[in-house]
Amino acid sequence: MTLDGFEHEKAARIVAVDWAALAEDEGKRLKALGVDEGAEIAVIHRGIFGARDPLAIRIGRMTIALRRSHALAIEVEPA
Amino acid sequence: MSRKRTAALVGNPNSGKSALFNALTGARQKIANYPGVTVERKAGRLTLPSGEPVELIDLPGSYSFDAASPDEEVTRKVVHGEFEGEPLPEVIVLVLDAANLEQHLVFAQEVLELGRPTVVALNMVDLAERDGLTLDPAALSEALGVPVVPTVAVRRKGLADLSAAIAEAESHADEEAHKRWHLTLPERRLSAKHIARAAILSKSTRHTIENGIDRVLLNPWIGPVILFGLLFVIFQAVFAWATPFADALEAGVGAISGLVTDTLPPGFARDFLTEGVLAGVGSVVVFLPQIVILFFFILVMEASGYMARAAFLMDRLMAGVGLSGKSFIPLLSSFACAIPGIMATRSIPDPKDRLTTILIAPMMTCSARLPVYAVIIAAVIPQTSVGPGIGLQGLVLFALYIAGILGAMVVALVLRKTVTSGAASGFIMEMPRYQLPRIKDLAIGLWQRAWVFLRRAGTIIFTVTIVLWLMLSFPKAQEGESQMDASVAGRIADGLHPVLEPIGFNREMSLALVPAMAAREVAVSALATTYAVDAKDEDLAASGVTDKIAALWSLPTALAFLAWFVFAPQCISTIAVARRETNGWKWPAFMIGYLFALAYVFAGLTFWIATALGL
Repeated sequence: MTLDGFEHEKAARIVAVDWAALAEDEGKRLKALGVDEGAEIAVIHRGIFGARDPLAIRIGRMTIALRRSHALAIEVEPA
Repeated sequence: MSRKRTAALVGNPNSGKSALFNALTGARQKIANYPGVTVERKAGRLTLPSGEPVELIDLPGSYSFDAASPDEEVTRKVVHGEFEGEPLPEVIVLVLDAANLEQHLVFAQEVLELGRPTVVALNMVDLAERDGLTLDPAALSEALGVPVVPTVAVRRKGLADLSAAIAEAESHADEEAHKRWHLTLPERRLSAKHIARAAILSKSTRHTIENGIDRVLLNPWIGPVILFGLLFVIFQAVFAWATPFADALEAGVGAISGLVTDTLPPGFARDFLTEGVLAGVGSVVVFLPQIVILFFFILVMEASGYMARAAFLMDRLMAGVGLSGKSFIPLLSSFACAIPGIMATRSIPDPKDRLTTILIAPMMTCSARLPVYAVIIAAVIPQTSVGPGIGLQGLVLFALYIAGILGAMVVALVLRKTVTSGAASGFIMEMPRYQLPRIKDLAIGLWQRAWVFLRRAGTIIFTVTIVLWLMLSFPKAQEGESQMDASVAGRIADGLHPVLEPIGFNREMSLALVPAMAAREVAVSALATTYAVDAKDEDLAASGVTDKIAALWSLPTALAFLAWFVFAPQCISTIAVARRETNGWKWPAFMIGYLFALAYVFAGLTFWIATALGL
């Protein structure tokens, strides 16, 4: 299941990331922020007025904003 | 020993690096650009316990040496000693966010691999405690093999210890670097986890304060309402709070002008000082309070961590016109001034996104337009109330801001489909933790921005005002001829006037637009100078420029002038900075062309519609 469809506020573990679906710089940026295979994350906020875009995720003690297009490339499982 | 001693602050973005820099160096900072790149170089003087000074450099925040942005590239080159003209820093001060240790230790290990004399500042330990973390600096120091000093930059805690540690590290600066084993990213991440775990003595599971605040501020329904409410309050405040200060400044300029009139004999020197210098520069300096208030809000939003939330809330809307939430921060800064706004586009990783943002930034209502808007609005819009706490004048100002925003959005949409078309951009950003902004940091920021404005008033505006006054005053008018008709400036305006007449501009306005190419606010001083020189009777000459506009301009004409300034790219500095940031004249030329075309069309539409409505 992708991160986009994953339940709100539930801990998720990243199983795989489809790096090919992301621009090179964006992949670099996500890796630098720790969004990579094995990381534990949770979706904590969603975009405004019912739009599901962008998302805010918690990783460690950090909050990171990303787009749905990124979340769709991130495969997760319940942690 | 005459070598230049330097230390560099290195760390992740949001590690509190800049606050630490301010605390260590005080207000004496030198801000310049690194040669050849558009990255800001901040340097200041740190005094060691021995009394010796060290130049401290605040390097751009980085997530890794695998640079993804020009900022990170500068940091990488400087700490590797590969930046031409920048000496290799003798000591690296590695700044870590105590509450975000595991994350920040990843980059920290990359820095430590260099083997340079390094001191770790374990910063914001107070926020870590607030989040329920208790840390062991000694354990961290042992694991990293370098001294670790806990600091709270905003409360000046640990600064003496940090200076002492820097001095100690500096004494080993001549020793050869002991390069450490190079780890891969996954290895660094694993080791960061172990080191962080060993350094954290206890951690409670209670939710961080961010979660609670974000639940409200990032709420899909309440969040945007709060953001727009805040923006509305800011713009009302800019108009209302500034008034007493502006009045005081105006009275001060008037008093000086009166003093000069009483002291000097009538003639060239007196006219030059009162009509030229004081009328011109004075009418612009009066707007300093508004500019300071606007920057105050922007600085508070940045320092508190709310700015990133605003970017998050705006991302969906920005995506609608092909941009991202990252463009929101440069665009919001452009409300104060397009120059820092355009420079802030450096944080946008996508080049097409960045170019589009640069091209539309001048449409955001910058503080230089405020003098123009304020004078015209005060002259032609009645000071009535249209609801509790909402004045008609404030509402018109708000409408002008909205006009600029809507114009920018439409242009962005068109540009992204034509000249800057390309793949949809992304939006990835860290949202910093909330913090109470520190008065001293705000004061330093406000002072730096107020100084830039005053320097502009003192140089560009001063020069332009004087040149204009000379052009207006010579050659002298013959009997029966108005001074304006006879002057050099009058002749230039005569040439421009036929082009601008169809959109309702009178000759004084056409004239004011010429020097206002230097900076928009000059339009006000130009009008003030023009009317002061050309005043036929003493009463009119004595009254302010606002009264003259109220007496001499029709409402459609005044509104057309306002509409013109929503779009017109009348700012040499903005054009210059756009040239620098886009590396050539192609894009600035495009920007000037389309903005003047929009200005002409919208001023015309405003004039014709207002006239048709019988206003």
